[in-house]
Amino acid sequence: MTSDAKTEIKGKERYKAGVLKYAQMGYWNGDYVPKDTDLLALFRITPQDGVDEIEAAAAVAGESSTATWTVVWTDRLTASDQYRAKAYRVEPVPGQPGQFFCWVAYDLILFEPGSIANLTASIIGNVFSFKPLKAARLEDMRLPTAYVTTYKGPPTGIVVERERLDKFGKPLLGATTKPKLGLSGKNYGRVVYEGLKGGLDFMKDDENINSQLFMHWRDRFLYCMEAVNKATAETGEVKGHYLNITAGTMEEMYRRAEFAHELGSVIVMVDLIVGWTAIQSISEWCRQHDMILHMHRAGHGTYTRQKNHGISFRVISKWLRLAGVDHLHTGTSVGKLEGDPMTVQGFYNICREGKNEVDLQRGLFFEQPWADLAKVMPVASGGIHAGQMHQLLDMFGDDVVLQFGGGTIGHPMGIQAGAQANRVALEAMVLARNEGRDIKNEGPEILRKAAKWCKPLESALDTWGNITFNYASTDTSDFVPTPSVAM
Amino acid sequence: MRITQGCFSFLPDLTDEQVTAQVEYCLGRNWAIGIEYTDSPHPRNTYWEMWGHPMFDLKDAKGVMMELAEARKAHGDSYIRLNAFDSTRGFETVTMSFIVNRPKVEPKIELTRTDIRGRSQRYSWKVA
Repeated sequence: MTSDAKTEIKGKERYKAGVLKYAQMGYWNGDYVPKDTDLLALFRITPQDGVDEIEAAAAVAGESSTATWTVVWTDRLTASDQYRAKAYRVEPVPGQPGQFFCWVAYDLILFEPGSIANLTASIIGNVFSFKPLKAARLEDMRLPTAYVTTYKGPPTGIVVERERLDKFGKPLLGATTKPKLGLSGKNYGRVVYEGLKGGLDFMKDDENINSQLFMHWRDRFLYCMEAVNKATAETGEVKGHYLNITAGTMEEMYRRAEFAHELGSVIVMVDLIVGWTAIQSISEWCRQHDMILHMHRAGHGTYTRQKNHGISFRVISKWLRLAGVDHLHTGTSVGKLEGDPMTVQGFYNICREGKNEVDLQRGLFFEQPWADLAKVMPVASGGIHAGQMHQLLDMFGDDVVLQFGGGTIGHPMGIQAGAQANRVALEAMVLARNEGRDIKNEGPEILRKAAKWCKPLESALDTWGNITFNYASTDTSDFVPTPSVAM
Repeated sequence: MRITQGCFSFLPDLTDEQVTAQVEYCLGRNWAIGIEYTDSPHPRNTYWEMWGHPMFDLKDAKGVMMELAEARKAHGDSYIRLNAFDSTRGFETVTMSFIVNRPKVEPKIELTRTDIRGRSQRYSWKVA
């Protein structure tokens, strides 16, 4: 591409009817210095063969802000140079021929305050279908303080959740009720009771348990709350069950939320597939009802997993912290689902830090201020078991919910024993870490020692101790060799 | 009935040596330790009685253990817990809490069910 084609045309020529390159229309400016109040986006783009990467980057900036395919004179009625997003940097992706990182800056005025729906309609509205690109991925965003403060964020947050539950100093433990489909309300509540009495803090509905013919949602809520309250009496601990209130309409979601509240539940849950507006609405409801909001990221793998196209989960995490959820499934690294350890730690940092620093190895491309917004409790769930406790604690620290579904309910001595095994493994590991032991290396020995006096733990280690899901990850950093989690 | 509040209730009761190691861990992070005691382990009983203020300026675990010994002398048949307070901006709450003393016979917690409407129940707990 000639330098003329990359240079903004100014004056009368700029508005002659017809078609110009996006760069010529002013959507590329290699000298642009982003303002502190700009929203910044980093896209990974794969231009079609023969399409110049700078023009492709300009097109992304254009199509996600003011541009259309041709010149329009009505631009001249506005301060259009400020409304135009500006691609300001393009670099080849290391080790990925044909892919480029492009940085785009957006003026704050382009976005409605406090609306993820509005933000996403701009940033991911059109560009991902744009013909001159083979593929595009939104890798990361910098949301300026001025924008962050237009959101309320998590209705509860890590600090207040812990105060309400009166649980401090170690990860929380949970499990998803299994089988996820088919149990009657009474049978379902039995699983919940056994898990909670055995030592878990939370039990959980799975993403697709709503109100099917085998179990009406009210039945589930009634039996689960009986289980929660009975287990609380048996242990002296505050317990909870994530009641999934996901439904076909917002009206029905509110109806289910109200019933959960009436029954004294401390927590409700929705699936990511309900959409941004529903999430922000239910978050507001939770704020008004002292309710913790658990977010199950159902569906995200359709657009977060492949590196060449879609949206990174780190961006989804940022949007969800703004939109306001209290729990968020962010991966396990060691479990059955996709998750490169460094990339997953990046998601955890987005959920939990007061400010994110640039950390390319963890996939964080921008400094991200959080302006004292409450923190989101990450949830590690999917194919994890007691034998991995040292790795989980080492990777994720204390502020996380560790969820062992199969690893609790599938225990050979029963559900209570499964829960007890997980709880003993966790407490033994936290104790050892605090004593200064090197749990990463001494973990298996610490677990075996606890198993000497705790039969259920011994049995769990005998059953699952050697189970690993050691596959290469798909969604990885481009800046480091990718470690797997071989033990 | 063994109340399982706090960090380490599923482990055998901690020895003084083990408690000291946890206290050192907390002091090493500049968390202040507070001692609290109660006879009521009700799950919503947030405010146990304070055995003095959190020990903000204390750097030596021995000091905490001496206070704990005094608290045990006075309330040996109650629950006693150690709380660690983190004053870092954005946390500013209890950051760790574990039971270090239990009554010889722990109370039961009774569950009371009250009908509200249809099959809905209002649940409450009472320490027996």
